[in-house]
Amino acid sequence: MPQINQLMLVYQSQWFWLLLVLGVIYFAIGKGMVPKIEATVEGRQAKVTADLVAAERAKAAAEEAEATANAAEADARTAAQEATAKAKAKGVKDGEARLAKADAEIGEKLAAAEANLAKARTKALASMEALAAEAAGDIVAKVSGASVSAGEAASAVKTVLANA
Amino acid sequence: MAAESKIDPMHQFQISALGDGVLDGTPFAFTNSSLWMLIVLGSILLFMWGGMKRELIPGRWQAAVEMLTGFVTGLAVGNIGPEGKKYVPWIFTVFTFILFSNYMGMMPFGVFEAAHPFTVTSQFTITGVLAIASFSIVLVVGFWKHGFRFFGLFVPHGTPLPLLPLIVPIELISFLVRPFSLALRLFVAMIAGHILVDVFGYFIVNGINSGTALGYFVSFISFVFIAGVNALELLVCGIQAYVFALLTSLYINDAEHLH
Repeated sequence: MPQINQLMLVYQSQWFWLLLVLGVIYFAIGKGMVPKIEATVEGRQAKVTADLVAAERAKAAAEEAEATANAAEADARTAAQEATAKAKAKGVKDGEARLAKADAEIGEKLAAAEANLAKARTKALASMEALAAEAAGDIVAKVSGASVSAGEAASAVKTVLANA
Repeated sequence: MAAESKIDPMHQFQISALGDGVLDGTPFAFTNSSLWMLIVLGSILLFMWGGMKRELIPGRWQAAVEMLTGFVTGLAVGNIGPEGKKYVPWIFTVFTFILFSNYMGMMPFGVFEAAHPFTVTSQFTITGVLAIASFSIVLVVGFWKHGFRFFGLFVPHGTPLPLLPLIVPIELISFLVRPFSLALRLFVAMIAGHILVDVFGYFIVNGINSGTALGYFVSFISFVFIAGVNALELLVCGIQAYVFALLTSLYINDAEHLH
């Protein structure tokens, strides 16, 4: 077995080169590179965890925002409905008021017109009485030759007209 | 190659000096073993260098390196506890050195005769140093942390008093045997597999050289067998590195926590 036959010849160089190689692996790789690689892995793990937490938080915020938006929409809808109802009511009231006002104006105008009419009629009647009295006087004078005073004619006409 | 028909499966473990070609027993003699240790070191450095990009989203190479370091860290922390982080460099050193040495020794570079791989872990001068280093860490940590209470390791909890004279020597021997079992397990596993592969490799060559029908048949059977053995050897290479690292971490756990 060469391992035994050569032992005395090779053990020194075997140990020298082995310790050299192991030393390089231990210090340069085991103590130098491995912790850095492990730090990278741990950093990645931490980042994934942090990202997950942030995502969870963002999701919660989004849900909250959605709830707020929904509430605001509901509020706005209620407000709009109220405003519509108010506007409608106001419209009805305004219409009624205007109608009433127009009614009143028309009534006033009607009343004025009626009054004018009545006045005109009275005036016409009065002028008709005067005319009738004059005519009656003239007719009496022509027929009987008697002169009748204007006052007597007028009262006679008035009596006749009142009886008519 | 084919001309040499003598079966000499031990030749592959021969250490020879490179350069002027005389082994003189000095520490700085550069041998094929030294060369393959440096090749192992270079391949480990190359592999780890590929994992130093430290990107947030790892590429394939970086993911492979992170898998290796994560495996070793998990081994140390899983067996020793949070204190195991201190021992990651050493467990990483033994694991990667043994793993890469084992696999380097299985590489089929031997098709070019000058590049025949040398399995450094098939030398007990190498596995012995690794085992003694692991064992020394256990002793140093144990006595450093616990002083003479470290000898309590040899008295399992709840042992009846009359049994102590029997139990303590058994525990002591099983403790002292640890470095030998560590070193020999790896050394024997490597040497046995390589001898097996080598012997059946000779069978293939000699069978073909014989030129007879029986010879070809033996070659074919040996080829099928050797393919299976090679697959098994690739498995053993990984398992032996794992076992060495696992036992090292378990022994360190004993020193840290005393059962």
